Amino acid sequence: MNTPLAIVLIAMLGGAIRVSTPFMFVAVGECLTEKSGRINLGLEGTLVLGAMVAYAGSYRTGSPWLGVLLAGLAGSCLGAMHGVICKLPRVNDVAVGIAMMLFGTGVAFFFGKPYIQPTAPRLVSIPLGAWSDNADLGSALNVNPLFFVGVLAALALGWALRNTRWGLIVRTVGDSAAAARAIGISVDLVRFLTTTAGGFLAGIGGAFLSLSYPGSWNQGLSSGQGLMAVALVIFARWSPERCVLAALLFGGAGAIGPALQSIGVTQGYYFFNAAPYILTLGIMVATSSAKRSARDIPGELAMAK
Amino acid sequence: MASVEFTRRTLLRSSAAGAAGLAFGFGGVRRALAGDLTIGIVYVGARDDFGWNQAHAVAMDALKQVAGVKVVEEENVPETDACAKTMESMINLDGAGLILATSFGYYTPFVVDVAKKYPKVEFRHAAPLWNKDKDPKNAGSYFGYLNQAHYIDGVAAGLCTKSNKIGFVAAKPIASVLSNINSVLLGARKTNPNATVQVIFTGDWSLPVREAEAANALVDAGCDVVTCHVDGPKVVIETAEKRGVKTCGHNASQAPLAPKGFITGAEYKWETIYKQYAAELGKGQPLPNMLAGGYEGDMVRNTPFGAGASDEAKKAALAAIEDLKAKKPIYVGPLKDNKTGKIVIDKAYDNLDPYLDQMDYLLEGVIGSIT
Repeated sequence: MNTPLAIVLIAMLGGAIRVSTPFMFVAVGECLTEKSGRINLGLEGTLVLGAMVAYAGSYRTGSPWLGVLLAGLAGSCLGAMHGVICKLPRVNDVAVGIAMMLFGTGVAFFFGKPYIQPTAPRLVSIPLGAWSDNADLGSALNVNPLFFVGVLAALALGWALRNTRWGLIVRTVGDSAAAARAIGISVDLVRFLTTTAGGFLAGIGGAFLSLSYPGSWNQGLSSGQGLMAVALVIFARWSPERCVLAALLFGGAGAIGPALQSIGVTQGYYFFNAAPYILTLGIMVATSSAKRSARDIPGELAMAK
Repeated sequence: MASVEFTRRTLLRSSAAGAAGLAFGFGGVRRALAGDLTIGIVYVGARDDFGWNQAHAVAMDALKQVAGVKVVEEENVPETDACAKTMESMINLDGAGLILATSFGYYTPFVVDVAKKYPKVEFRHAAPLWNKDKDPKNAGSYFGYLNQAHYIDGVAAGLCTKSNKIGFVAAKPIASVLSNINSVLLGARKTNPNATVQVIFTGDWSLPVREAEAANALVDAGCDVVTCHVDGPKVVIETAEKRGVKTCGHNASQAPLAPKGFITGAEYKWETIYKQYAAELGKGQPLPNMLAGGYEGDMVRNTPFGAGASDEAKKAALAAIEDLKAKKPIYVGPLKDNKTGKIVIDKAYDNLDPYLDQMDYLLEGVIGSIT
């Protein structure tokens, strides 16, 4: 069981589970926002603020789950801000998103300073690998409950978008604002709500970063994961379920670089560290189809116009 | 428009400088007076990052205790024009007589340019970049040979490992990082001839998720002691502690992060340098342009032993520290590199020998590659 191949595969499995969760939350949240025809690039800031608030909340209250909830609420506040600002006339949602990204990280750094040193209670993982004698597999299968929350949220969202009246409203707003207005839907209200909900999920993604893996608060914690997750939504062609798969793939591929170095494949680590991007690019090229992406993209998105 | 703005700015700047000059008199006179020394320090990150910046901040806290010294600090200053602005405001508004710029990228062009503009103020930068032919005389460099403290980590780790595998999470394959890795190996080999050091390069200074992945991968590969050279070692130490392996720290004290497995750690002792600067400025003496050293100059230290260090390891480490204070060399040839088997260290080199500053290889016994 300790052959080099097994080590790499176990590392990829563990990496997929550990690293994917924040991507998953941000991507699923952004997926909902984009389905309503608005793009929120500020989720990087939301992720960082969520991480800070969760850590601070857990430290202050002693309850990590309360920290998760607070992170979600902080994320909703940023999302709501984005939603309100974008309601104003002649405002570009992409530009506002970039401003919100800087605002979110700035606020998080400012209020997060006193929380770099203290140790807060973390979320406890479920040892699903306890049945195995292999300690590495056991450690790879230490799964955080938030991972399952994320998967369930994605499945529920996917189902709701397809099968419920609410889902239909969101999709209508996203595909044609004029049609939505014609049947009496408040386009701005729907987008406000989806951006707020998207912010909530992204905030929880941040909570995972600071309370589970890597599991501490510092300023470089996110290093661009929020932005990558926004890109994953396009890769997943606006389907919450595919967002989960994309996040898993991205997480697993990210583990290749360190795992290969640990078994002695040390040449070309820059190349292997780029594995997630190369893999993503490869799959995009392989599965691309002009017709299909035109079908999947919400018609109101700035990039579709 | 542009030219108007430029003029206005220059005017403002020079009048501010003039006002400061009027208010405080000439820099030289001011510096000669005891009880009137302001030292400004610029950090690239947060003061309490458990890493590089914290090491400087701890030293500044020690400096604040020195009578007659006032400290002004600014955190999170990027390696851009913002650094020049920060330094100028420390000079003009706070009357700083010495500026300590602590991040690598501050030096060119920012420290050099501002030093030329304010010839009466001293500037010191924490990396060996000062060039005596090109750079202004009121600028200079200081740094610590942290590899000596990492050597001590290795000495202790060699006796604490059962699998004989020490893991090292490294950021980039530059000389100072490679020297730390090689020194850990040589230290470990001193107490445990079977020890190897396995390196994972993350590719950048601060990538917390990849650092955690790297620490996990090292433990998966059988390493039972993990150390690192990244900007903020917090994540690596915490991840290793969670996996139940032992750890050695880097830059500042990470002992509180690993109550069970912490052995010791390599730390800078910047306060030796900072107190020397303060004392010399207080006496009106010129500052050295280049100030660097290791244990022999009291410029590095090791974190007090944690629960992970065995008594044997403590004893060996303390003895090795005495050796370093007595300038006993770490790099004693013949030593081969791990790629071609070529002899790269042919004789015993002094611990401060410039030849070692150009290190671009990993020694035999290190598992890892710099490309």
